[in-house]
Amino acid sequence: MFDYESMRIIWWLLLGVLLTGFAIMDGFDLGVALLLPFVARKDIERRVVINTVGPVWEGNQVWIILGAGAIFAAWPIIYAVSFSGFYLAMLIVLLGFILRPVGFKYRSKMPSTRWRSNWDKILFIAGLLPSLIFGVALGNVLQGVPFFFDDSLRVFYTGTLWGLLNPFALLCGLVSVCMLAMHGASFLATKTEGIVRQRAIQYGRIAAILMLVLFMLAGVWVAKGLNGFVVDSIVDHAGPSNPLHKAVSMMSGGWMTNYHLNPLLWIAPLLVVVAVIGQLLCLGRGQSKWGFVFSSLAIVGVISTFGLSLFPFLLPSSSHPSMSLLVWDASSSLLTLRIMLVCTVIFMPIILLYTSWVYRVMRGRVTADSIESDSQNKY
Amino acid sequence: MGVVIVFPSEVVVDLSRFQFALTALYHFIFVPLTLGLSFLLGIMETIYFLTKKPIWQKMVKYWGILFGINFAMGVSTGITMEFQFGTNWAYYSQYVGDIFGAPLAIEGLMAFFLEATFVGIFFFGWDRMSRGAHLTVTWLLAIGTNLSALWILVANGWMQNPVGSHFNFNTMRMEVSDFAAVILNPVAQAKYVHTVSAGYVTGAMFICAISAFFLLRNRNIAFAKRSLKVAAAFGLLVSIAVVILGDESGYEAGQAQKMKLAAIEAMWDTEPAPAAFTVFGFPDQKNEITRAAIQVPYLLGLIATRSVTEPVPGIHNLVIDNEQRIKNGIVAYGALQRLQQNGDDVAAKTILDQHEKDLGYALLLKRYTPTVTDANAAQIHAAAEDTVPKVAPLFWSFRIMVACGLFFILLFALCFYWGAKDKLIEKRWFLRTLFYSLPLPWVAIELGWYVAESGRQPWVIDGVLPTYLGTSSLTSSDLWISLGGFILLYTGLAVVELFLMVKYIKLGPEGTVN
Repeated sequence: MFDYESMRIIWWLLLGVLLTGFAIMDGFDLGVALLLPFVARKDIERRVVINTVGPVWEGNQVWIILGAGAIFAAWPIIYAVSFSGFYLAMLIVLLGFILRPVGFKYRSKMPSTRWRSNWDKILFIAGLLPSLIFGVALGNVLQGVPFFFDDSLRVFYTGTLWGLLNPFALLCGLVSVCMLAMHGASFLATKTEGIVRQRAIQYGRIAAILMLVLFMLAGVWVAKGLNGFVVDSIVDHAGPSNPLHKAVSMMSGGWMTNYHLNPLLWIAPLLVVVAVIGQLLCLGRGQSKWGFVFSSLAIVGVISTFGLSLFPFLLPSSSHPSMSLLVWDASSSLLTLRIMLVCTVIFMPIILLYTSWVYRVMRGRVTADSIESDSQNKY
Repeated sequence: MGVVIVFPSEVVVDLSRFQFALTALYHFIFVPLTLGLSFLLGIMETIYFLTKKPIWQKMVKYWGILFGINFAMGVSTGITMEFQFGTNWAYYSQYVGDIFGAPLAIEGLMAFFLEATFVGIFFFGWDRMSRGAHLTVTWLLAIGTNLSALWILVANGWMQNPVGSHFNFNTMRMEVSDFAAVILNPVAQAKYVHTVSAGYVTGAMFICAISAFFLLRNRNIAFAKRSLKVAAAFGLLVSIAVVILGDESGYEAGQAQKMKLAAIEAMWDTEPAPAAFTVFGFPDQKNEITRAAIQVPYLLGLIATRSVTEPVPGIHNLVIDNEQRIKNGIVAYGALQRLQQNGDDVAAKTILDQHEKDLGYALLLKRYTPTVTDANAAQIHAAAEDTVPKVAPLFWSFRIMVACGLFFILLFALCFYWGAKDKLIEKRWFLRTLFYSLPLPWVAIELGWYVAESGRQPWVIDGVLPTYLGTSSLTSSDLWISLGGFILLYTGLAVVELFLMVKYIKLGPEGTVN
């Protein structure tokens, strides 16, 4: 089977696949939740919106659980540093993920208007918080976060929650919110009809345009102003996972290095531009399904751009740059990476198979009639 | 590097432990019911599939509503657990993530996707597929929930009995050397079957108690009687299984975690084989005696060793053994420090390899002297004394759990017998007993987890990593914020969940399922 260096690259790619899987699959649930108060005003409209994701959000949410589990298994140091370093931010994300399942499930269990409108607010917050914080977190990764290790590899994080909420990170947070709103709206356009669909298309367009503008703005910021990181010493790509044996420096515009070395990588940010334009065109012409495909491609583009800019960094340290975590020194052992690859290769196709079967069973638009005729079984 | 080593303060350790215990025990209010009900839904729907009688479909749908209310809470509170290893136990995650992370990720791939994908169309798919397809969906949901329990218990079993792994000084962590051993870990397998059957008992108890409530109110008689028959038969089988498998789990613990067993039994000194079993008594940890003890001769020796000749080691003797292991650990730790200076030091590598299995014991000293190698005799003795968990709560928790387990067998046996003779509805006192026994499976299960986890202390990974070293480097105010948040949020959710549960139980099948 593959050697340690190849396995690390494979798991770097798989990390990207899992994050993208999460952003595409659970992303439209998040987007739908945060659009809920805007695209649906009457109770029955809200029920229509919630029932578009009703049968599938639980499966989609597993992408975040699998993502976290895979980081734990394949990149344990990254898991340890990021989850404990971003402690309060992670808890805010968690709050969203705790409230969302009960919100979907319990909202329509009582006829009371107050009960339902309270849950609608909770669902909105549960959609907004994770969307925003994930973007903020990635924005901070691009700037590096302050952490160091002692010689037993215990991590110490010296930043604060307020430090995470800096202008560049907030810009990335907004990109993320707009991206998932666009994605949720694209999904709603395929699953609803009438006024709800019209509103979804409207908000979807605004979100797409905003997202594209903000994404390009963030790109210019990264190229012109932001400090990137560069490895200064030779790192053994198959060496032990110990982040204490290298030299790293910070450099303005350092994240552009990979694009200079390999101009082909420009495909990733270009994909974002092309896909968003495609989404805008399809949404306007009643090609909802293609709109959703383009919206998904835009997500692929955004996450690829992020990953390719950082490579080989996974989590740079702003206070102790040479302790930054690289693809080459933050992975699991070779044996664990291999075991996990075998499991992924076996189970991922099966998961995709039965997931697509479920979507086929649940195909078609959700209408007010279909909910009213089967009120007890619907959300 | 000149980096100052600051250990997480005692407050941070205590609060992290408390938060984990709280969120884990809370999560495990919902999990066993999911495990048990999913299986019972599968059985009921199978009967519906075979008989085509609509009442069985009605049963699946009604119990399904209650299952759904519970399931959402299980999902919500489960994500907390997956996040919490990283947020609150960062050093733990770094130190053992190479082994511990894998079962969690496989759990996601193999089990969570299965259960979460099919739970949606279990509710939404009735009119969109054939009866056979829906039956398959229900069983896949049940299989998914059971598989997720398997993988988390493989992970937990490794914490109790860390097989198939070694320490790598280059990466300063434990790494996997034999993954098959991790999966086939006898402690993990014994715990898995014991835990899922406890879940089945919970599901059976839930259906019996609520059906008893309907019978007491003379409502839904046909519905309740059928539900009771299925649940009582299933409950009788699994309540016997849970006790037998619990005995197996105890046997495996006796092999792998001798200190845990000695603490549960308040065995202060090694007794001549076969040891007596203390049914009742008041353990006094300070003076190392059990007051007012009532003992059954030979019984413990038989359970723990399955022989009449093998002695069960007592707490006192195990502490003496552990003192020696700490001394060996110091040697290993000294060699590790030399290797950190010079990775090519072959002599040091040889010493580390020889004493690697005791390296964790040296880490117990960090609380007394961060340097470890300069520990004096008093510090070594104190660290050895630390290896004894709190005896009295373990002793009592275990006994209450076992008493509950035996009570369930009696309850389900009577329920099954009278159900078969169709006399349940006359036995009002028994129906009331059934109804009021509803909380007992949860009492038994939560105490069971307390025994499993508290009995492992002071270790987070038995013999490998002390709990107090496993935490993240957080401040106590971080912990107070998160703990306060969890208490508020979880209390609020519990109120909402109970409110809905009670409402939908009171509505009954006639008011909810058409």
